[in-house]
Amino acid sequence: MKVDHLSGFDFAATDLDPVLFFDTAASRLSAGGRALAYFAVPEGAAHRLVMAVGFDREGRIEVYSTAFSGPFRALTPSFPQVHLFEREIFEQAGMKPEGHPWLKPVRFNTAGATPGGAEYFTVHGSQVHEVAVGPVHAGVIEPGHFRFQCHGEKVFHLEIMLGYQHRGVEKRLAAGPDARSLHYAETLCGDASIGHGWAYCGAVEALCGVNVPPRAQALRGIMLELERLASHTGDLGALAGDAAFLPTASFNGRLRGDFLNMTALVCGNRFGRNMLRPGGVNFDLDPALIKEMKLRLADTYRDVETAVALLWETSSVTDRFEETGVVPKAAAEGIGLVGPAARASGVGIDTRRNFPSGPYEGFTMSVSGSGDVYSRAYVRWLEIQKSVELVDNWLDSLPAGPLAADCGPLRPDGAAVSLVEGWRGQICHFALTGPDGKFRHYKVVDPSFHNWQGLALALRNGEISDFPLCNKSFNLSYCGRDL
Amino acid sequence: MEIVKPLVQLLAALLLAPLLPGVINRVKAFFAGRRGQPLLQLYYDLAKLLRKTPVYSRTTTWVFKAGPAIGLAALAAALLVMPFAGRPSALSFDGDFVYLIYLLGLARFCAVLAALDTGSAFEGMGASREMQFAVFSEPGFFLGLAALAAVTGQRSLGGMFGVLTGDSWRVAAPVLALLTASFFIALLAENSRVPADDPNTHLELTMIHEAMILDHSGPDLAYILYGAALKLWLFGSLIASMVLPSHSGAWARDAAMFLLVMLGVAAAVGVTESVMARLRLTKVPYMLITAFAFSALALIFQMGR
Repeated sequence: MKVDHLSGFDFAATDLDPVLFFDTAASRLSAGGRALAYFAVPEGAAHRLVMAVGFDREGRIEVYSTAFSGPFRALTPSFPQVHLFEREIFEQAGMKPEGHPWLKPVRFNTAGATPGGAEYFTVHGSQVHEVAVGPVHAGVIEPGHFRFQCHGEKVFHLEIMLGYQHRGVEKRLAAGPDARSLHYAETLCGDASIGHGWAYCGAVEALCGVNVPPRAQALRGIMLELERLASHTGDLGALAGDAAFLPTASFNGRLRGDFLNMTALVCGNRFGRNMLRPGGVNFDLDPALIKEMKLRLADTYRDVETAVALLWETSSVTDRFEETGVVPKAAAEGIGLVGPAARASGVGIDTRRNFPSGPYEGFTMSVSGSGDVYSRAYVRWLEIQKSVELVDNWLDSLPAGPLAADCGPLRPDGAAVSLVEGWRGQICHFALTGPDGKFRHYKVVDPSFHNWQGLALALRNGEISDFPLCNKSFNLSYCGRDL
Repeated sequence: MEIVKPLVQLLAALLLAPLLPGVINRVKAFFAGRRGQPLLQLYYDLAKLLRKTPVYSRTTTWVFKAGPAIGLAALAAALLVMPFAGRPSALSFDGDFVYLIYLLGLARFCAVLAALDTGSAFEGMGASREMQFAVFSEPGFFLGLAALAAVTGQRSLGGMFGVLTGDSWRVAAPVLALLTASFFIALLAENSRVPADDPNTHLELTMIHEAMILDHSGPDLAYILYGAALKLWLFGSLIASMVLPSHSGAWARDAAMFLLVMLGVAAAVGVTESVMARLRLTKVPYMLITAFAFSALALIFQMGR
């Protein structure tokens, strides 16, 4: 059933006969659809399978569901993009996807399962060796386990095992909405607080049928783009650091802080916590603050421009980045990559353009690349330029009006899909309400959920010493995926 | 008095060597817009490590424990033949440059064995990379010293740098310049500096030298760090002796000039590290082959001179 982005719909209307459900899902995915979310909702003793399919070019969302129990037909062999969704359904609902090629736990949150205590894909042969990295790493990063099957320096296969960061956020969100729901959304992936916070607010607003005032929309846009600026700037510096190129590494580390401080200037928190609320925003900008923001934005951007230009001008850096960790376009489409990583592989999807809402109406930007580390870095730079332009324009022309609209009760037995282009890519929140107007189920799909497989593919037939650079070029979230 | 001077020189080298990494770090910090760690940081680290109790994994044997000590001893012994400011070295005999290369080889061999003894995947990778690059780096260095012997007509390091004067640069500038370039590349590669390796990285998968010493701790690690400083001093003094061939005759003045040039070499390493990124591992051999080509060209020029 076709549904509108950011507007509540009657969930019962999505029901299909099981046979029809799988046929429809397969035909929609083969018609160019991308699985936004695919999950199982408990329904009595059985479950209801729900799939949201997005057609990026048409900006169209379709949702299908079916009551089902027991083993079901796996779509993964034909559509690798749903491989992790089906593993998740198997883990959470115990329904086995028949024909899934690599059915192992996603988060190890069932009784008796421990992360790391699972079977790994192995390669055998003389001189083939295995390198295991993590879950405890040398740097201050999140835990994750990486298994490389190598022949000398060459990587045949990389398997990424996560799940160490599972906290049960989805379950907690499904108990809402309450006073802490927004807090959980903001902290489910710390460096994408505004992205997930906005997606959560979007879902609630859609279910309440509330229109967010234009001033609040623009302020949200400013905060989201500042978040993107901080992360992209920091990541370009980290990429330089991994290539042992000092100037950009140290300057960008500081400049990232400058963008975070601009966020703090507005709402008091460097990650934008507590800025948003369902219906609008909590903090306003007065003319003095707008002036200060514009000044800081121009100053910081000038420094970023200089520091980042060094990357493209230094031949030893470009030589290190080019043709490293290539994810071809076909592979990127096949596994459903999103965000800058997808755009760097030539898959031109961007929620801001495909599903425009609020301040992003009329947003255009086209980027492309060949899928290597260089492309993923350069796309970040293009997006930095675009974000600065957007923030600058919004600061100049902030619409007048209230900061928030009041949210009433949630529509009972409804559902809503909320999409936001976070800095890593598309964030999807799918909320279902019960007859009492409380959440019945809450599904979060962080861009990292799609993109970790992209990192594994980037290493195929590459050099094991390129891993840190590839990893940094994606810079995916562990807790966003593990929830 | 003349007997004491070589010993004073040796003592100065042993004492001042840990200063070089400090200078490199400060230069890098300057380029990065940071203040950087104290100049004497390595001295503090060594003092701290020497007081600690080493930790040994149950899978390691005596090879792991012996590696750092033998490595340090080999590097200290190599320092004996290294001339200081064009002055006679503590130990000098015909063909001592071969002795130098073999001692460097012994130190590397011990480090690699100790790394392999741990059975860790990271250390094994580091050891494999170290040996792979040594295959490319050693011939170039050896050939460079041979070319220097041909230019000067001397067969000991002390003799070579003793007769090297400003006049040699006037008549054989291309040869000497090529050799200096070749030695500088050897310095970067042998001392795990950018662009061959990254001494600052915490990413095990990209490490070479650092990966080999991950499991060492306490005094063993101190031996390794100190040995690395001595090795840097060794290569640095080679270059300093190349570019500072004039001898005033006054020992104190020569020594002061020499130390100044050593600081200059360290600063040059720092600048190199600051302005370029690290090469991908597959391209490091190209750089080492370039050093070999420089040495070979120098030898050819010398033979045709």
